[in-house]
Amino acid sequence: MKVTINVNGTERSDDVEPRVLLVDFLRTNLHLTGTHIGCDTSSCGACTVLVDGEPVKSCTQLAVQVNGRSISTVEGLAAGAAMTPIQAGFHEEHGLQCGFCTPGMMMVGTALLESNPNPTEEEIRWAISGNICRCTGYMNIVKAIQHAAAAKQAAAQAPKPEPVTAGGGQ
Amino acid sequence: MFPAAFDYRAPGSLAEAVDILREKGDEAKVMAGGQSLIPLLKLRFAQPGLVVDIGRLPNLAGVRRQNGHLSIGALTRHVDIEYSRDLKGTVPILPEAAHWIADPLVRNRGTVGGSICHADPAGDWGSVMLALNADFVAHSSAGERVIHAADFFSGPFTTTLKPDEVLTEIRIPLGAGRSAGSYHKLERKIGDFATVGVAVQVELDGNKIARAGIGMTSVGDKNLKATEAERSLTGKEPTDQVIAEAARLAAAAAEPKSDIRGSAEYKKDVVRVFVQRGLRTAVARAKEGRS
Repeated sequence: MKVTINVNGTERSDDVEPRVLLVDFLRTNLHLTGTHIGCDTSSCGACTVLVDGEPVKSCTQLAVQVNGRSISTVEGLAAGAAMTPIQAGFHEEHGLQCGFCTPGMMMVGTALLESNPNPTEEEIRWAISGNICRCTGYMNIVKAIQHAAAAKQAAAQAPKPEPVTAGGGQ
Repeated sequence: MFPAAFDYRAPGSLAEAVDILREKGDEAKVMAGGQSLIPLLKLRFAQPGLVVDIGRLPNLAGVRRQNGHLSIGALTRHVDIEYSRDLKGTVPILPEAAHWIADPLVRNRGTVGGSICHADPAGDWGSVMLALNADFVAHSSAGERVIHAADFFSGPFTTTLKPDEVLTEIRIPLGAGRSAGSYHKLERKIGDFATVGVAVQVELDGNKIARAGIGMTSVGDKNLKATEAERSLTGKEPTDQVIAEAARLAAAAAEPKSDIRGSAEYKKDVVRVFVQRGLRTAVARAKEGRS
């Protein structure tokens, strides 16, 4: 069955069997291996991607179910060398050790800050409650998301640069 | 892991869906959000020849009031119930229970109707619907059929829904008096199945309980309705003694098994405690005017 899915802003099509899971479609068909397979039983959240902006477990979705929808994966976060606030937060706050859960954590964090730009610690912990980390004890992951929230808010409140007036280059 | 091969249909209308099921219902599984079915397919506990994906059928998601009842479309997602401000005021047990289903990622995809039809004895919605005395509306090519929640669950993962029927709507009666409920759940960690869950709904008439509903999760081979406990509350003021007696009757009706989550004796006692807590919370909410 032919599916066409917008992945990180690009339309991607392929012919798949109905039983192909979204995570396998991303990793095997599209070679986007940033999305991890952890437990493979809908328990750990390592495979989290955003479907139309909402975090879901891509090991528990069929590729055919998201035909025509928009998917965001960890590969879609950074634009070139510039990290998003979530990525910078994990970098600054040491939000990972082995890194296996990190793509899922960052996708959940990204979605959370879209819907709730200034979450409480409890709201952050609730948002990541479907994602398991076996290294950090979650402390630094929470801090990373808080760091990102603060950075996004600071960026939103910073004075905008003066618009360049016409004729400036003459 | 990947499922055994199956054919896949994603009908564009309910009429098309029931036509497919009329022909192939016996070999088909209906999929809504897939959050219960896909794990079963991957573990190959289920190997249907055909998956009928109703996930995108129009007009089957959302909550509205209609003719004295609350109508929940079968495709309404857990997350949409969880964050409904309106339901928090009118039927607080619904967002409260939704909050404890699986984890946030699953709640973004899983549906109320899908969870009910999956009929896991550890499922939360079944108990809630038993407490609320809900009706389930099923469609087939022959038309519409209404099934009481109490007649719906027949055993572990089995219901009285026929192979050619699709659950389309859940109807919750909105009582005339002040009513409210609450859901208590014990789980080892987020995403785990309930060790025990108890759903309680009461309707007050003055200071007395006009009607009570109690549903129990993970303490039998299906979601159980504590009928005797419900009856013991009818027409009574919710004194400590009345509440304790209802809790005792509910615990006696529970049929838990000892497993890694606890002994049968322990689970029965959790039922007793949760029925007491649930009744106190529900009565307090009803008196606060959450009607």
